[in-house]
Amino acid sequence: MNRGRRLRNGLMTGVFSAAGWVAIVFIFLIFLFTFKETIPIFTDPAVRKDANLAKFFVERQEGPTLTQRYIWQPTSEHPKVSFWPIILGTLKATAVGLLFACPVGVAAAVFSSEFAPPKLREVIKPVIELLAGIPSVVMGFFALIVLATWLQETCGFVYRLNAVNAGLALGFALVPIVYTISEDGLTAVPRSYREASYALGASRFQTAWKVVLPAAAPAVFASFVLAFGRAIGETMILLMAGGNAAITSFSLADPLRTLSATIAAEMGEVVVGSAHYSALFFMGTLLFVITFVSNSFGQWVIRGMQRRMQGAAA
Amino acid sequence: MTAMPAPSPSRVAVLKGGRRLGDTIGIALLGLSVVLIVLILVVIVGNIAFHGAAAVTWEFITQAPREGLTAGGIMPAIVGTAALVILMSVVAVPLGVATAIYLHEYTPAEGLSLAWRRFVVSKGQAGRRRLFFRALSALLASITRTAVANLAGVPSIVFGLFGLGFFIQFVGRGIDRMTGAPGQVLWGQGSLLWAACTLALLTLPTVIVATEEALRTVPQDLREASLALGATQWETIRRVVLPSSVSGIMTGGILGISRGAGEVAPILFTGAAYYLPYLPHDVTDQFMHLGYHVLILSTQSPDVEATKPLLYGTVFVLLALTFLLNLTGVIIRSRTRSRHPR
Repeated sequence: MNRGRRLRNGLMTGVFSAAGWVAIVFIFLIFLFTFKETIPIFTDPAVRKDANLAKFFVERQEGPTLTQRYIWQPTSEHPKVSFWPIILGTLKATAVGLLFACPVGVAAAVFSSEFAPPKLREVIKPVIELLAGIPSVVMGFFALIVLATWLQETCGFVYRLNAVNAGLALGFALVPIVYTISEDGLTAVPRSYREASYALGASRFQTAWKVVLPAAAPAVFASFVLAFGRAIGETMILLMAGGNAAITSFSLADPLRTLSATIAAEMGEVVVGSAHYSALFFMGTLLFVITFVSNSFGQWVIRGMQRRMQGAAA
Repeated sequence: MTAMPAPSPSRVAVLKGGRRLGDTIGIALLGLSVVLIVLILVVIVGNIAFHGAAAVTWEFITQAPREGLTAGGIMPAIVGTAALVILMSVVAVPLGVATAIYLHEYTPAEGLSLAWRRFVVSKGQAGRRRLFFRALSALLASITRTAVANLAGVPSIVFGLFGLGFFIQFVGRGIDRMTGAPGQVLWGQGSLLWAACTLALLTLPTVIVATEEALRTVPQDLREASLALGATQWETIRRVVLPSSVSGIMTGGILGISRGAGEVAPILFTGAAYYLPYLPHDVTDQFMHLGYHVLILSTQSPDVEATKPLLYGTVFVLLALTFLLNLTGVIIRSRTRSRHPR
């Protein structure tokens, strides 16, 4: 073989292998550099005075209500940096979002994989893709301007921006995730399962509900887990539609603030290297770890299901 | 076997009728959720199109904001978004395509567990070292795929933090320290370049996954035929694999770009500006951005009612941009699918 050709081939192998490393290196770097900025929380006395794990998770103020006991006020003269109001806000929005997206997404997935005629299915898919393609800042805008007003008029909320409003808009963004992954799982169920069920005299709905859906349960479950990961990290919708008030309240009618929205709202004005800065990066690390674990878990469930379905079909 | 008592005809009829009714209700409920999803999309898009289209005029597209963002247009934001998206694609698409080519063309197709098992059972045979390296390569591919899948799940705000901590504080400040006079900041601040790099990282998984899928549609026979004719692997990729998967790769690139175009969280601290009287003319400049402009107008406007038409107009332009990109991607993909049925 001509030397130039061999050289070029070797060179390109090197280039492609290097590209393959980039993804690994960057996922590592992301963790490293987000975590690096939180290290002062554990080592630097000046930062630890105002921000440390005990202050984030344990410390409480005096007061009769939860809201007065757990406070996030990092920029006041005596900074109060309890994470609880923010964690509670994150969980409230996530819960409402999942409560909407999971049933709707799964039901739509079952309908389109089991009952919809092929023509209709060709319409559903682009609709879902368009919904997934709406930028989250646009969804946040819609929730802030249109949905909040409508919800307040119909439900009579005291606050326009609250957990229901933010969670519902979040749910709109989660539906495509739940739908896509569940539908993949449902269509992967071998035909023989359905045929066996029909042969036993089950109706179409019984087959879908009691045979196909349970067989695809791991994929449906994985879709919930991945939607959870997305919900925890979603920023713009909650920043715009959540009301941005870090209050410790279990009520869905109160405004809220999430981990992601706190980072987005406060990182712009913060002094680099301060206690507040480190605390925000700590939130980022927390988000990274939670989403990393839940996504890995979701992927693992999907892979296990794929392996089993291939075995069952063979 | 025990003989089954035959059900009386009337009971069968009742059962059937009840079941058919139950079926209909169940299916209708499922179908209702589809209707709900369609309704949500129609309301969102319809509302924005209705109010937005009225606000979009020639002046709106070609003028800069005036009077504290309560009048004028969004030209700098359109230019900023376009510059950002182009710069982002220049980084993300080649890198993503190269990673996918590595994953699909250079690593063993049989997967990690099989490659490892082959190595284990090959004890004492010739060519064992080769099998070991093959297994190693399969391991690397599996780690890369996991990393890519996880990269796709990292929240966009964390990408923003990373852009701030890595690109600006570490790389940018590092360049400043090495080149500029002390105290002078050129690279170590938010800019078009760092925002584009941050977004490129975010869109990388989309590009990689779509490209790999496109490569998978190229029949293995074509590669083998090319190699059998004496072409090197690079020549095979260059002349056979890439030409027959180019539209799939384009789809992936476009879908990734459309995702990147709408993201705001990663650019919050890496270069987006509230208001700039000039257009960016260098990669170290800050920029205005459609999505960021939407955020600013809707949360920090001094006069909500006065800015509402501007706000709707901006949202409309942003949505139109991402939908057009999406639509292009989807159309190219459906054309490819019908040409190469799998």
